[in-house]
Amino acid sequence: MNILVLVKQTFDTEEKIVIQNGQISEENVEFILNPYDEYAVEEAVKIKEDSGAGITVLTVGPNRSESVLRTALAMGADKGVIVELEEQADEYAIAKIIKAAIKGQEYDLVLGGNMAVDSGSGQVSIRVAEELGIPQVATITKLSLEGSKAIVERDIEGDVEVIEVNLPFLATAQQGLNEPRYPSLPGIMKAKKKPLERFTLEDLELSEDDLATRTTVQDQYLPPKKQAGKVLEGEIGQQVHDLVNLLRSEAKVV
Amino acid sequence: MNFQLSEDIKFLKQSIRDFVDSEVDPLAMEIEEKDEIPEKIMKMSKEIGLFGLSIPEEYGGTGIGMVGKCAIYEELGRTHNGYTTVIGAHTGIGSVGIVEMGNEEQKRKYLPAMARGEMIGAFALTEPSAGSHATNLKTTAVRKGDKYILNGSKHYITNAPIADVFTVMAVTDPSKGAKGITSFIVEKDFPGFTVGKNEKKMGLHGSHSAEIFFEDCEVPVENVLGREGQGYVNALKILANGRAGLAARNLGSCDKLLEMSIQHANTRIQFGKPIFEQQIIQHYLADMAVDIEALRSMTYRVAWMVDQEMKVIKEAAMVKLLGSEVYNRVADKAVQIHGGIGYIAEYPVERFYRDARITKIYEGTSEIQKNIIASQLKREYL
Ligand SMILES: Cc1cc2nc3c(=O)[nH]c(=O)nc-3n(C[C@H](O)[C@H](O)[C@H](O)COP(=O)(O)OP(=O)(O)OC[C@H]3O[C@@H](n4cnc5c(N)ncnc54)[C@H](O)[C@@H]3O)c2cc1C
Ligand SMILES: Cc1cc2nc3c(=O)[nH]c(=O)nc-3n(C[C@H](O)[C@H](O)[C@H](O)COP(=O)(O)OP(=O)(O)OC[C@H]3O[C@@H](n4cnc5c(N)ncnc54)[C@H](O)[C@@H]3O)c2cc1C
Repeated sequence: MNILVLVKQTFDTEEKIVIQNGQISEENVEFILNPYDEYAVEEAVKIKEDSGAGITVLTVGPNRSESVLRTALAMGADKGVIVELEEQADEYAIAKIIKAAIKGQEYDLVLGGNMAVDSGSGQVSIRVAEELGIPQVATITKLSLEGSKAIVERDIEGDVEVIEVNLPFLATAQQGLNEPRYPSLPGIMKAKKKPLERFTLEDLELSEDDLATRTTVQDQYLPPKKQAGKVLEGEIGQQVHDLVNLLRSEAKVV
Repeated sequence: MNFQLSEDIKFLKQSIRDFVDSEVDPLAMEIEEKDEIPEKIMKMSKEIGLFGLSIPEEYGGTGIGMVGKCAIYEELGRTHNGYTTVIGAHTGIGSVGIVEMGNEEQKRKYLPAMARGEMIGAFALTEPSAGSHATNLKTTAVRKGDKYILNGSKHYITNAPIADVFTVMAVTDPSKGAKGITSFIVEKDFPGFTVGKNEKKMGLHGSHSAEIFFEDCEVPVENVLGREGQGYVNALKILANGRAGLAARNLGSCDKLLEMSIQHANTRIQFGKPIFEQQIIQHYLADMAVDIEALRSMTYRVAWMVDQEMKVIKEAAMVKLLGSEVYNRVADKAVQIHGGIGYIAEYPVERFYRDARITKIYEGTSEIQKNIIASQLKREYL
């Protein structure tokens, strides 16, 4: 069983976002393994412990992203792959890059996070499935392998959908799938000795068209500060009257 | 000269910090009040390998050098000191004897289970008659066939209530003084061995120390640790090895106290401005920071010396002394900066202040460290 886990390095969720000249400042920022990807890594490691598997973790991003591979290797993955990419790319290009980086490899299962907590697009993994021509199941909360197929439960906004799918397929992890482990100290020590493969874009067979970004970010801004609320007073009839007036004149929603 | 921690050790340190901040520290108040470490925390700590810190990889441990160990202890020092002591006593004085002095058979028998935290270790030297004067032991061990028969008692033994394996120093030949002491590996189930009730302590809640008793306690000959007559030297080696680690734990606690003090000074308004703006508070913070930086430098230098296999009797005593004195100074200033809430048990500063006090006493008092330093100076200079 060969498993590929797609991971991304993101801002620590505790970080305060600072925007400078329209860009999110990375000064003094801690970077972490995207929390949803952590579920994906944990799931792969659990499968490896239960029934044996080889786990490759792959990331596309700037050099510093290597740290998330080290975290995944310390958790129990076997091999890391980084495609170094300093400049911005959109989901379309990243999916093409991933496809090129794993060319010639066969995976029975591809796992990713439901979305990256920074961009929140939730697209890369699904596009990879499309590129590879395999089925995909998004936002899964349970995965049971049964021979050449799998029974997968997915979160559908408060309800659960149960899906049967044949291997190979891609799934994206939702919160609730598992409880990711902390890398153990022996795990961290062993991670140092595990193979890590490095690519730059030049190493991959990609056309200019593959890399041409389809989308660009025009502007970034923080949400407006919350205004203090207004408490209406008086008889209930009066309050309703005032509320409707305010909705019409101030909030302009009716 | 290079004062940077390696990337690997930084990575180790960061992952322990994440664990401590998300899992242990939120339960610190509960540990303090219940005087008990929640089972969940013990289990997780074992799973991530914290109980195997001193144990080589081939016996299932981490196999990490002293610098790496100190980096981890520093992070553990940032949270509840009782929790840290349970781990510190096990990985330090509780397992180092078997790691360093044990024969192959003993290592294979005990270390893998100790690395997993399935067996907990303790170190038993101190007796009512033998505190600082550690050679004045009254516990005896008399050889009978393929067994030694131990009689006597020890007190203040950390982890005794939860320990499975004790490194015990006992007198095998009273005529030889310090050279008549032998160390033994005693299992809790050996006939004639019992543990007394837990002491009530000023601090280190959740970590328990108790008396232990030997009444015709039978210890098989193969459980002699090292050679007969070597016990006191073994004890000194085990203690010396632990000193940089203890300093590192104190360093972590100091760092946390400085952080909390800066935060508090910056947010506490009196006389219309943050108390940080008062020069006296700034000077307190500066004094704390200088003390901490000196301790950090010395801790990692001694740890580095240990990794280079250099002789560190004097330096280990120095860093133990500095670590505990700095911790007490820093804790006192932290309480002062916090004012009334520094004295109230609802806030962690009060706990650190009480926990700091023991560090000047156990594993050799500050006075005894100075005696060691002076005797080394005499050798070096006279
Ligand atoms: C919470 C706790 C945990 C402990 N855990 C362990 C453990 O796991 N294993 C273990 O074996 N022991 C343990 N101990 C024992 C500890 O190491 C001793 O308490 C310590 O060595 C001091 O011995 P004492 O209490 O007998 O004090 P004493 O030796 O009676 O000292 C009293 C005072 O006299 C001073 N003094 C004594 N002799 C001299 C001298 N020659 N020169 C100058 N001053 C001197 C001391 O510095 C001290 O200030 C623990 C103690 C405590 C409180
Ligand atoms: C157990 C206990 C019992 C108490 N009992 C009583 C009681 O019975 N009745 C009562 O009224 N109060 C009582 N108090 C309150 C006590 O008097 C105050 O805690 C004390 O005056 C300090 O005030 P604070 O805690 O607000 O600290 P803060 O005033 O916030 O002081 C914090 C730190 O800043 C320093 N600081 C503040 N301003 C300056 C400045 N201008 N220059 C230099 N340094 C400054 C302080 O010296 C201190 O080190 C009690 C407190 C405790 C903890």
